[in-house]
Amino acid sequence: MKISRRRFVGGAASAGITKVTAPSLAFAAPSNAPIRVGLLAAKTGPLASGGIDMDLSLTMFLKERENTLAGRKVELIVADTAGVPATARTKAQELVEKNNVHCIIGPLAAFEALAIADYLTEKEIPTLGVAAAEDMTQRHPSPWFVRLTSTSAQCAYPLAEYSAKELGYKKIVTIADDFAYGHEMCAGFQRAFEDNGGKIIQKIFAPLATPDYGSYVAQVKPADAIFLGTAGSNGFRFLRQFIEYGLKDKMAVIGGMTALDESVLRNMGDEALGILTTSWYSAELDNPLNKSFAPAFRKQFKYDPGYYAASTYVSGEVLEAALKATTGNVEDKKALMAAIRGSDAQTVRGLIKFDEFGNAIGNVYIRKVSKIDGRMVNSVIKTYPDVTQFWTYDKAAFLKNPVYSRDYPPAKNLEP
Amino acid sequence: MKWLGAALIAGSLLLPPFLAGDFYINLASQILIASIFALSLNLLVGFGGMTSLGHASYLGVAAYISALLTSKYGLGHGAAALISISGTIAMAAFFGVIALRASGLGFLMITLALSQVLWGLAYRMSNVTNGDNGITGLTRPAPFGISLDNPVSFYWFVLIVAAVAFAMIAIFVSSAFGSSLKGVRDQPRRMAALGFNPWLIRWTTFIYAGFWGGVAGLLYVYYHKYIHPTSLSTTSSAEALLGVIAGGSGTLGGPVAGAALVLLLKNYASAYIERWNMLLGFVFLFIVLVMPRGIVPGVSKLVASLREGLR
Amino acid sequence: MQFWIIQGLNSLSLGGLLFLLSSGFSLIFGLMRIANLTHGAFFMLGTYFAAIALRSYDGLNIWVTALGAGLTVAAIGGLFERLVLARLRTNPLGQVLVTLGMSFIISDACLMLWGGDSIPVPTPQSLQAPTRLFGFVFPTYRLVLVGCAAGAAILLYALLERTRLGAMIRAGVDDGQMARAVGIPISRLFTQVFCLGAGIAGAGGVLGGPILSAYPGLDADMLPLALIVVILGGIGSLLGAFVGSFIIGFIYTFGTALFPELAYIILFLPMIFVIAFRPQGLFGRVLA
Repeated sequence: MKISRRRFVGGAASAGITKVTAPSLAFAAPSNAPIRVGLLAAKTGPLASGGIDMDLSLTMFLKERENTLAGRKVELIVADTAGVPATARTKAQELVEKNNVHCIIGPLAAFEALAIADYLTEKEIPTLGVAAAEDMTQRHPSPWFVRLTSTSAQCAYPLAEYSAKELGYKKIVTIADDFAYGHEMCAGFQRAFEDNGGKIIQKIFAPLATPDYGSYVAQVKPADAIFLGTAGSNGFRFLRQFIEYGLKDKMAVIGGMTALDESVLRNMGDEALGILTTSWYSAELDNPLNKSFAPAFRKQFKYDPGYYAASTYVSGEVLEAALKATTGNVEDKKALMAAIRGSDAQTVRGLIKFDEFGNAIGNVYIRKVSKIDGRMVNSVIKTYPDVTQFWTYDKAAFLKNPVYSRDYPPAKNLEP
Repeated sequence: MKWLGAALIAGSLLLPPFLAGDFYINLASQILIASIFALSLNLLVGFGGMTSLGHASYLGVAAYISALLTSKYGLGHGAAALISISGTIAMAAFFGVIALRASGLGFLMITLALSQVLWGLAYRMSNVTNGDNGITGLTRPAPFGISLDNPVSFYWFVLIVAAVAFAMIAIFVSSAFGSSLKGVRDQPRRMAALGFNPWLIRWTTFIYAGFWGGVAGLLYVYYHKYIHPTSLSTTSSAEALLGVIAGGSGTLGGPVAGAALVLLLKNYASAYIERWNMLLGFVFLFIVLVMPRGIVPGVSKLVASLREGLR
Repeated sequence: MQFWIIQGLNSLSLGGLLFLLSSGFSLIFGLMRIANLTHGAFFMLGTYFAAIALRSYDGLNIWVTALGAGLTVAAIGGLFERLVLARLRTNPLGQVLVTLGMSFIISDACLMLWGGDSIPVPTPQSLQAPTRLFGFVFPTYRLVLVGCAAGAAILLYALLERTRLGAMIRAGVDDGQMARAVGIPISRLFTQVFCLGAGIAGAGGVLGGPILSAYPGLDADMLPLALIVVILGGIGSLLGAFVGSFIIGFIYTFGTALFPELAYIILFLPMIFVIAFRPQGLFGRVLA
């Protein structure tokens, strides 16, 4: 499809895009070759559930648009990282060197993203990341990376404030998987909760591959609530044991953005009702884009889209908005990246913008598990608009502190 | 005939930089690194008769030490490499003393346990090792001022190291010590009766295998410029072991073939076949059923019988 | 006080689970000297079987499911042994390769058939109400699991000590060559024992389901535990597997609770000690 110089300039002007830089005018006639998008997803291995959802959702996104974005055909190449950093790196190289992709979506896990970050920066590949590792958009940002989901702690802050202010919780126990994602999320939750007058009296970290949570359930001290900072299906497996030991009658359960994801919720029953979690998405969101996405996903795959499915769908929407801004030009990578960062896209999670580090600023939703039409869903009960990765903290001071970890910020209120 | 085959293979190793694109050159580098690792493991498994499921310990430890010294302590690559290898050798000596108290399944389990302890430490001691975020931003060395950052120069570097490794392991195996090792593998009591010290022979081999495992580890971290606890995991050890067995454990070419097989299936076939794990399993079953001693011995037998048939 | 009691009960139930997992492995290794690295996958097959069957058919009983899974996995194991392992009697490295290869096949098949999500196994209705003891609550099913393990131990003991098959197995374990010499059909015996071991693993997977849930990677999480139990307890000893399971249950439960920093290595340290100082395990015999 040939675009004449006049139409291109006219289109750019009418789209009101001020961030398209001068060099892009030199590429005024985009080629007819398809746009090649690479997806790095862990389709085998322990992270398989999320990776499979990412693939299904993005494929559905493209199919809805007949594999055409901004007037150009799109070719999707999916690479299985198996959840192993070395494989992620090899697959990233394959996508860049063998498949010559113009941009990459994913990967899922922090260690996968960290393994390829320097490579993608060196090769200047625009990357729409999903992984939540805080430092990738704080102390070690890359101009070629954006993250449209959330940092590990970004969604935890609103819930911490909500628990302290509106639910009146005073003492909370946290449990999470013993890896960076869990550490960072609990650290953020702890910080905001204690700033609002609460106390974290116990922080439990269980190894990522814990078959039996019984011994951890028995360690939980009495408190107002337990915060689940777990990922994948560990949250739900812990919760089952938690209920079996009768603790759900004594303490409330609240969770982070991956604790009770839609993909896990569908396997649960009434025992999950009433649990509050926080996330940047819910299948029940009431905006026009989601009102068509979620039922379509449910119709095709028989379960609600959750964190992972939404992440790649949103990536697609952001990419589409950026491509509309560059009128389908992907060859000028700098312009594409600038368009992605400046896109202010309307997506199924709401409107998102990117801060100067490439992290998404958007709504965070407090959700409550309820039952609609016999389905377990995460109903939205409160929306916190325009949440940034720094929450209410001063950005410069935030960045001067070390990155969140198991021991930072130090937990001062732990009970012996 | 054998020399022709060897020469052909050696010749084909010189081709990638001229024929293939960056991706394939990088894949070839990875295969060479995996081959060195497999050759080192084969010293234990094939020639020493000690099946180890924890060989990744040496790869991981050398990689981590080098990563830490160059990134956190600003040491140069030469010094870091020296310290890494020395550290790995010391660790191999120590692990060897513990592991050689057992044999058979016990040996397998101890090596597994030791590597799992290291894995757990790498994961847990996040103040030192960065835990599961791994250590990023690493660099490649520049021997004699030549940068190894581009795939072709790195490939030549790895090829040289691999050739040296192969040669030295071949010399080791065909030497008198190598023969005594094979003797200890097959008939330990007879060897002891003849005055050899089986324990010492095994322990020395254990250390030598750890040394080359460490070398593979250095190349590994140079290639990836990133290190993560998964490199110390049982999966990492198991893949190498599977490669050695599938390729042919009592031979020199076997581990190379096996390592190439596993790597190609994992990194290349996985782009075309979603169920590549299952394919890998079936390939192993097939190899063992059709070529019980491994690919290289199996192919040699096939070639020999073809020649017989043609005669 | 409550902490010690609850964690003690947790240890017992974990021990019971581990016995169901590792008794089959111990049998197979004791007789056939094959480290069946597919064992974790057999166990996982049982768990998936339970997850799918119990969620699809409402009235299904977990004990019947365990029996069904046991028979199914035994059949799969038997086919595998006959067609593949039987050819590798003198090829221990080949055995490693095929048992690991088979575990890749099974785990990928589970991923392909049932997806990457964790599927819970419902606890039997009659056992859902928790038991109230001394003022605290403990899941009833876990107590029942200890009973199952004890029951399985008794059945296996009876099999080994009181039946002809058991006598043949014991003879084979003690001295395989002599057993052949007196006419015991070792090859058929091997297949039978492999089926039995795999079947116990499958049934164990069903019974462990309500605690573990079926998820990809369950096989890789459970296999090292089986290996540790058998090493600790001693190869070829059923009593060793029984005692070892509970010791490991206690070490793991109290270890992770009292020393969370050692969570990753709490099981491997004692194992290293045992192998280094008593390679035959607690109850095993020194292999010639």
